[in-house]
Amino acid sequence: MQELDIIDEHEGLSLVCEKPDTLKDARMHYCPGCGHGVAHRIIMEAVAELGIQEKTIGVAPVGCSVFAYHYMNIDMQEAAHGRATAVATGIKRVLPDQYVFTYQGDGDLAAIGTAETIHTVNRGENIMIVFINNAIYGMTGGQMAPTTLFGQKTSTSPYGRAQEFNGYPLRITEMLAMLPGAFYVTRQAVNTPGNVRKAKKAILNGFKYQELKKGTSFIEIVSNCPTNWGLTPVKSNEWLVENMLPAYPLGDIKLPSKEDLIHA
Amino acid sequence: MGELRLMKGNEALAEASIRAGMDAYFGYPITPQSEVLEYLTREAYQRTGATILQAESEVASINMLYGAGGAGGRVMTSSSSPGISLMQEGISYIAGSQIPCLIVNVNRGGPGLGTIQPSQGDYFQSVKGGGHGDYRLIVLAPATVQEMADFVLDGFLLAEKYRNPVLILTDGALGQMMEKVELRDQVDRSVRPVPAWATVGKPDSRPANVLTSLFIQPEEMEQVNIALQKKYAEIEAAEVKYQTVHMEDADMVLVAYGLSARISRKAMELCRANGMKVGLIRPITLWPYPYQVIRDAAKQAKGFLTVEMNAGQMVEDVRLAVNGQRPVEHYGRMGGIIPTPEEIVSVLERMYASAS
Ligand SMILES: Cc1ncc(C[n+]2csc(CCOP(=O)(O)OP(=O)(O)O)c2C)c(N)n1
Repeated sequence: MQELDIIDEHEGLSLVCEKPDTLKDARMHYCPGCGHGVAHRIIMEAVAELGIQEKTIGVAPVGCSVFAYHYMNIDMQEAAHGRATAVATGIKRVLPDQYVFTYQGDGDLAAIGTAETIHTVNRGENIMIVFINNAIYGMTGGQMAPTTLFGQKTSTSPYGRAQEFNGYPLRITEMLAMLPGAFYVTRQAVNTPGNVRKAKKAILNGFKYQELKKGTSFIEIVSNCPTNWGLTPVKSNEWLVENMLPAYPLGDIKLPSKEDLIHA
Repeated sequence: MGELRLMKGNEALAEASIRAGMDAYFGYPITPQSEVLEYLTREAYQRTGATILQAESEVASINMLYGAGGAGGRVMTSSSSPGISLMQEGISYIAGSQIPCLIVNVNRGGPGLGTIQPSQGDYFQSVKGGGHGDYRLIVLAPATVQEMADFVLDGFLLAEKYRNPVLILTDGALGQMMEKVELRDQVDRSVRPVPAWATVGKPDSRPANVLTSLFIQPEEMEQVNIALQKKYAEIEAAEVKYQTVHMEDADMVLVAYGLSARISRKAMELCRANGMKVGLIRPITLWPYPYQVIRDAAKQAKGFLTVEMNAGQMVEDVRLAVNGQRPVEHYGRMGGIIPTPEEIVSVLERMYASAS
């Protein structure tokens, strides 16, 4: 956040919030109420606050956030569907002292890209993975995702997700936390101002921990999809609290120990 | 004179990649090219600090290559046919995002899991696409262990000159055979400048660099394609490479690349000893393809014979060049069987008989 400042031209008004210059001057294409915009913003605020714009490379996924590089004012690569963590591995191996992160949806990270996700974390690549879980395939128009909840209706689970046809909602974050290469694993949300602040704190950690070179930071953000859930933005956040959070409870899943946080 | 060694093709290629100042290699084991990954994990990091990473799959390898090449590295992967098939989506993205890199296919027999024996069955995949969309790879076809080594640095330089992926298309026999090879000197990894387009972190002095193959507006996507086609035309004009042997008086022309060209050369010598004026054209770049030299040869030759370790793939390009002016035949063995010079001679004898 920028410091509180008085704008001369608007005497009497005080600036309480400003777009950091790590966000481009582009209007986001996201639907009203979608969590992607907030998630973009807190990542870019973190880059600005840490002063690491010159040292940060992001990897965009295939999904609604495929155009993340239209908004994030940093060097970025657009990966094939599911391959963001492999791309990030390549970048980090060539530029080990830069900050590298991926930004991926649930279809990208937990379906088509599952192998890359698991092996990247298992190698303990020193990157941050930001995982936006909205329990649906947003970009392609609302098909079932690996994280779609039991009973949740999507265009490819029109009678609601059922175990006998579709298996279980995948809690990949818990699964990844079991891997020794995972350094920091947390589940956050951006549905309330308080949660946005907590999520941003997690993102700041995910960047800073890269300096230690001790493993992967994995940050799930439970998010919404008003359009494909067929709900208003407000209702979608209520639905998120009532349905998503019981299945995907918020909080830290794996925290570094005190010794872990000492520079090697 | 560089250092002389007796080496396997795969190992010569691996050694050459270290000496070429390669920054990173990503690969997954598959016969008949696992020696590349084995050699590099043994030698590279210790000597130059290069990253050598065994990926979880060829899908991961090619996408790591995308990331590392996009970050400005001089990067390579290698595999054999089934693994190269898995890489095709990534190769298309690399071509679309114009990321320089080197890909090596030590071709084995297919289709499917096929055989681990040598083949040239991946010609179409290499030069006509393979992945989706209108893109081209620069394809180099070595015929000796020496060329397995030389084409590595040559390939990196071509890739970087045109911001285009380069493919070395070789086969299991060239990968496994041992020959004398003269190695080039070590290139210092630290002296290569960071390319201006690379994603290395955005300083205040320039706008953010973005590597993408996504251009959602059709008008923009068409312009990107037009620019790519312009680049491909430049490559076609400047980078065609081939070798000719005894073409000055040839009335029958063998066209073959890689291992088939070596066997064809032997067949040509047997024919010449019997008074048959056989010549050889060996394409070294399979794309861009040496159409012109074949077109020119069609003015005097009576016929053409392509020899390939496949069911007849490159023969289509020879027919395009000859354009119906002369008969063009194909002789091939498949499934990992290598044609013999004698088999080729008997096809040529039959062609002579029907030409006169
Ligand atoms: C290889 C491949 N398969 C399928 C697609 C189509 N596709 C694009 S985005 C997407 C799913 C995106 O869902 P998610 O990752 O959950 O992100 P969201 O759009 O919800 O943010 C799919 C299936 C593709 N682009 N590439």
